[in-house]
Amino acid sequence: MSIDLSQFIPTFLEESFEGLELMESGLLNLEQGDIDTINAIFRAAHSIKGGAGTFGFNRVTNFTHEVETLLDEMRDGRREVNQSDINLLLKSVDCIKLLIESARDGVECEDDAINETHLALEQTLSGKAHGDNDSQDVSEVEQLLSEVKSKKQWLIEFVPKHEIMQTGNDPLHLLNVLAELGSMSIEPNLQDIPPLGDIHPEECYLYWRLTLVSDCSEEDIIEVFEWVEDECSLTITLSDSDEPSPAIESVEQPSLQVDQTPPSQPPSQVPQKSLKAPDESVKAKPTTEGGSIRVGIDKVDTLINRVGELVITQAMLKQIGSELAEDETVDKLREGLVQLESNTRDLQEDVMRIRMLPISFVFNRFPRMVYDVSSKLGKKVELKLSGEQTELDKTVMEKIGDPLVHLVRNSLDHGLEMPEERKEAGKDETGIVHLNAYHQGGYIVIDIIDDGRGLNTEKIYDKAIEKGLISADQSLSDQEINELIFAPGFSTADAVSDLSGRGVGMDVVRRNIESLGGHVSLSSQQGEGSKFSVSLPLTLAILDGQLINVAGQIFIVPLVSIVESVQVNKSAVKAIAGQENLYLFRDEYLPIYNIRSLFSLPGKVSPADENMVIIVESNGNKYALVVDDLLEQQQVVLKSLESNYMAVEGISGATILGHGGVALIIDIKGVSSLNHKNSRSKKFSRERSVAEATT
Amino acid sequence: MAKILVVDDSASIRNMVSFTLKQQQYEIVEAADGKQGLEKAKTGKFDLVITDVNMPVMDGITLCKELRQLPTFKFTPILMLTTESSTDMKMKGKAAGATGWLVKPFNPEKLVATIKRVIR
Repeated sequence: MSIDLSQFIPTFLEESFEGLELMESGLLNLEQGDIDTINAIFRAAHSIKGGAGTFGFNRVTNFTHEVETLLDEMRDGRREVNQSDINLLLKSVDCIKLLIESARDGVECEDDAINETHLALEQTLSGKAHGDNDSQDVSEVEQLLSEVKSKKQWLIEFVPKHEIMQTGNDPLHLLNVLAELGSMSIEPNLQDIPPLGDIHPEECYLYWRLTLVSDCSEEDIIEVFEWVEDECSLTITLSDSDEPSPAIESVEQPSLQVDQTPPSQPPSQVPQKSLKAPDESVKAKPTTEGGSIRVGIDKVDTLINRVGELVITQAMLKQIGSELAEDETVDKLREGLVQLESNTRDLQEDVMRIRMLPISFVFNRFPRMVYDVSSKLGKKVELKLSGEQTELDKTVMEKIGDPLVHLVRNSLDHGLEMPEERKEAGKDETGIVHLNAYHQGGYIVIDIIDDGRGLNTEKIYDKAIEKGLISADQSLSDQEINELIFAPGFSTADAVSDLSGRGVGMDVVRRNIESLGGHVSLSSQQGEGSKFSVSLPLTLAILDGQLINVAGQIFIVPLVSIVESVQVNKSAVKAIAGQENLYLFRDEYLPIYNIRSLFSLPGKVSPADENMVIIVESNGNKYALVVDDLLEQQQVVLKSLESNYMAVEGISGATILGHGGVALIIDIKGVSSLNHKNSRSKKFSRERSVAEATT
Repeated sequence: MAKILVVDDSASIRNMVSFTLKQQQYEIVEAADGKQGLEKAKTGKFDLVITDVNMPVMDGITLCKELRQLPTFKFTPILMLTTESSTDMKMKGKAAGATGWLVKPFNPEKLVATIKRVIR
């Protein structure tokens, strides 16, 4: 009989990886005497071992067995939980993961680390006897015995204790199984049956003498009685006569049976067939696990795109509906359109949520990383995680992992001090790194906070001058100096360490985050610690936008960046140093950027009374954007300008509006840097490209 | 046809056991831990219980003891799934009233053959 088990392997793999994660987090939090955690870790290892054996992943089984033995000793209190054992177990977790992955991919895993760890495990365990030796001996004996295979006649006396049936055993089944080994005759013995009045209906008074002609070994026979060895007396002897007597088979006796069926059948009648599974039914039942299904991300993306198109169509219909003349039928149509709008919006939100995952998927890797890095550096670190359930788009999540790792490493390597240094500074020896995630507006914000030494502003300043990033006569605020660590070509690490400063600078971190439409900011207090805040859009596919009109063209300003929109007050427009226009807004002077001049649109450049200004904020900097009119707010589906046309500075993308026209989305951050460039040199080609893109 | 209760916290093992036994036309009820197993056990009569030892919430040994308290399970065969082939574990199981044990890893053929010792 062969049953194809491969269909269960994916479940096994999923389970094992979950188990490994559980082991890892358990080991990291393990404290002396915490028996619950040890038990949980042990169970995870145990399940992996059991499953791996069943599915034929022998290397995984062998390796995990050692791990399990070690854990078992900890569980029983035979072994103290110490740091080196935990380290060894953590390494083992990595090895098991590798082994399972290679088993899954069907490749031989040749990694020295595995052999080393295996050896280390064995060494740690050696000197301790474990009870598995017996079974190994047994299997050797079995092997030896099976080599001498020939038909033998076994005489077996099986005398069950009276109470054998109390544990669910039934002599009938045992005899049936035994009969399958060869041809067997059974002779019941009735002498022990007490007088009728003394018979206890739950007890067994019969015993049997069996003659079995078979090529099986003594071990095979003992195995059948394995579960009742303490509940019977069993005598097995090899009959002197090698000649199996043909008469034996017919010796079967009709007997006083407690059971309704005869105790044994000739082997020819044993329904061997029932062991054979019909092939169709092997494939018949697919197992559905739990309440989730796995779907390829491309399918979800196609769905999202379709819904995006649907939203555009719906907006188009809405527009047409509003242009129709009043009429009873038109009223009904409009009602329907309103319903369509709310349904499409719900649909869109639901579809977007399919892609959303909790940030814990990214956070989960940090406990291990912090543990490894801190032990390498000799620092004491406590990692705090909060807001793990905050959700964000899967694509964003995949891309944010590396930048976050970099920032956390940075905090560990450069931020936190050595224990002695912290003690001298009057701090707790254990430094804290806190990762906190939360939603703010349409953004997810991830804070990386450490209570280390903070940024050394003077050192950064000197370094920046040395590297030629700034000139000595520039006057900069502390904050501006600190921000220089994000500048390309800046690295304060005096020696390139293994951990950070591997040529991947903070500039790359910032670039990666900004390419996702997010930004990173920092605040730092010397001696008290620093905080990096990464904010990212929840999704890259839709955007809440404010439609604006400039020179008859519609642009979109992302709603999240808008602080306020006000009518232009001429008296608030101030010119300073004769060149730049500033707008006095709530006691703050903000630079004025005019979309007309930025994108070379026709019309008067200086703000007039009838214009509006939108106060926007990017990266903590506010500025005023002059526009002709504010139109409605609308959720728009982002279309990449780059893939459909070409990248244009100051524009982050485009969308299709209800009437089918294209509107450009203003890149708030890009606009301010564009303005800086513009004031230095005007670039004709760029202006032309904007003109082309909008026509 | 014989009805079997399969209790294991590992879905892959549970699936494998049930699948294999369903092939043999047994009727299978599954449970993910001892507590669930006990609850399901109370819902009807079973001809065999196969349970893992190490499980969260309620382990297999406890389940076995609890089952033996129930009149309907007094004679029902109970098999423990264990990776520990040590006699210690077997004794514990026996003491709790288990009928026998199956040492993991086992293959489907072995499973089918072995349970024949306690049911038809």
